[in-house]
Amino acid sequence: MTEKKRIRVLIAKPGLDGHDRGAKVIACALRDAGMEVIYSGLHQTAEMIVEAAIQEDVNVIGISILSGAHLTIFPEILNLMKKKKIKNVLLIGGGIIPDEDRTKLKKKGVGKLFGPGTPLQEIVEYIKTHAKLYQVT
Amino acid sequence: MYLPDDLTKLKKEYESWAGQNKVPREIIYTPLDLAGFDYEKQLGCPGQYPYTRGVYADMYRGQIWTMRQFSGFGTAADTNRRYKFLLKKGQTGLSVAFDLPTIMGYDSDHHRARGEVGRCGVAICSLRNMETLLAGIPLDKVSTSMTINAPAAILLSFYIAVGEKQGVAPGQLRGTIQNDILKEYSAQKSWIFPPKPSMRIITDIMEFCAQHVPKWNTISISGYHIREAGSTAVQELAFTLADGFAYVEAGIAAGMAVDSFAPRLSFFFNAHLNFFEEIAKYRAARRIWARRMKEKYQARDPRSWLLRFHTQTAGCTLTAQQPENNIIRTAYEALSAVLGGTQSLHTNSMDETLSLPTEHAVKVALRTQQIIAYESGVTSTVDPLGGSYYLEALTDKLEAGAEEYFLKIDQLGGVVPALEQGFFQREIANSAYHYQQEIDSKKRIVVGINEFVEKEEIPIETLKIAPSVEQKQIRELKKIKQGRDNLKVKKSLEQIRQAACGKDNLMPRFLDAVRCYTTLGEIIQVLKEEFGEYREPPTFW
Repeated sequence: MTEKKRIRVLIAKPGLDGHDRGAKVIACALRDAGMEVIYSGLHQTAEMIVEAAIQEDVNVIGISILSGAHLTIFPEILNLMKKKKIKNVLLIGGGIIPDEDRTKLKKKGVGKLFGPGTPLQEIVEYIKTHAKLYQVT
Repeated sequence: MYLPDDLTKLKKEYESWAGQNKVPREIIYTPLDLAGFDYEKQLGCPGQYPYTRGVYADMYRGQIWTMRQFSGFGTAADTNRRYKFLLKKGQTGLSVAFDLPTIMGYDSDHHRARGEVGRCGVAICSLRNMETLLAGIPLDKVSTSMTINAPAAILLSFYIAVGEKQGVAPGQLRGTIQNDILKEYSAQKSWIFPPKPSMRIITDIMEFCAQHVPKWNTISISGYHIREAGSTAVQELAFTLADGFAYVEAGIAAGMAVDSFAPRLSFFFNAHLNFFEEIAKYRAARRIWARRMKEKYQARDPRSWLLRFHTQTAGCTLTAQQPENNIIRTAYEALSAVLGGTQSLHTNSMDETLSLPTEHAVKVALRTQQIIAYESGVTSTVDPLGGSYYLEALTDKLEAGAEEYFLKIDQLGGVVPALEQGFFQREIANSAYHYQQEIDSKKRIVVGINEFVEKEEIPIETLKIAPSVEQKQIRELKKIKQGRDNLKVKKSLEQIRQAACGKDNLMPRFLDAVRCYTTLGEIIQVLKEEFGEYREPPTFW
């Protein structure tokens, strides 16, 4: 009687940047891979993103960021997640993030950060593998 | 003479061994593809209606396009240094890239600006920043393009005020504000106000500039961002021109004579990788614009018929992998813009998928233009590809594709209703997803991404923005606010509020306000209170 639970993903665009091509392409790819996708829309603050993640009960938060503000945004989201005691949600991202900053963010607890040129399938597989680990049973 | 029957047979033979034709293109083009082609009607000579072959008779023999690298980062002083570097290396015009807070109308000290100050462009909050940005640059000699949309009127006011300080009258200023809010709703998404008050600000600018800043291009109607957001060439062409017609209709509806503002409308297109399709796109754009302006909008001044445009090579075609390859991509894209008759050009730097460009990378990008201009020989003949069976057929095809979209947009009630129904957004998002699927399935080859991949990437130097920029900018802003006449500032904001509620042109009020160092954020806040803010319903398909 076990019905396989679908992975729920929040795709969010933080900050002031409106370049949403990547976010929308990823959202479509995850949907086509059988996941439930919630798209935040533009100009989200860290508070709005974390609140949406709670409301929508997601397994994964995917942040699309091209603005260079990643060292501000990701730690803000992580802090809020800690504050709200969210432990079972995978936080990942994609965009233009230099290697040394990726390392810094990874150390703080952010999952994989995908750069330009990543095949969609790679992102789908990563989520399928890692979201389970975090999933509440 | 050719024999049509022989050509038909030849084409059939070609097709039989061409296999599956993935691109909707013939393998060979012949006179059959141009049956009934009328040179006068379809092309005309360069500088003659309908301007398919170019807006000027002599094109680059008369004057090479303006080399204008889009540039801005950190503080105004950082960017001023970069401008002087570029001018020294032979750049012939300026192009200002603002940071996201400026683009969205926030001062650097606003909480929403945190982490974004000076990152994607230069932070400009007040006239003081603009003075620093343009220090030592004579505004009567250089033309400046500013990529700014929702707050364009205020940035233009800063520019006019700097001109006044340099002793350059508004009538001598040359340049462009992007000021194309319609494509913001459909593609780039840096809006502030809802469409109606946004269009009112734009018609105020058009009216003000027609009287006081006559050499200024008041809108740069932009396909660039539509394409970058993922559209096809036909969609870029159609949606951009549809936006253009919407501005013309707004100007006419505001009571202006079409010839009083149309000559100052300019365009901005993307130069993507499909070489011939891009050239055809620019040619089709000129023809469609000229015909509509003359026949539909009854413009009588030939300058209103001219589609003059800036081009930027496609950022979305660049790869983070093997970044030096981007130099080659950019060169071919730039060549298509030149063969398509562009009036000014930005060539992307090899490192732009990684960061804003370094001095080294931007110099190579500028040199690419200089090599095309002075070494390649392509500038000596106007529209050298004109008359090619393929190119003319492709130009016709792009035009027909655009006309189909115009019909659809009309059926939806026009550009603004189509936007409100999410039509453009959906069309663009679908094309973007399709494009990515083609790359993933290798239907579309991208060197270094899905073929000819290197196991080890060799890193290149990238530009770092100092984290201290934000604090520096905030400190300076504080100083400005302490040093100015705050009573005057308050009064100027009240004047803006009154004009916003009524019908008076906003531009003179903006100018009064910026002259006494009222900040961008303060002005936008008042306008938000009167005009409201736009919100997009979040959907991804």
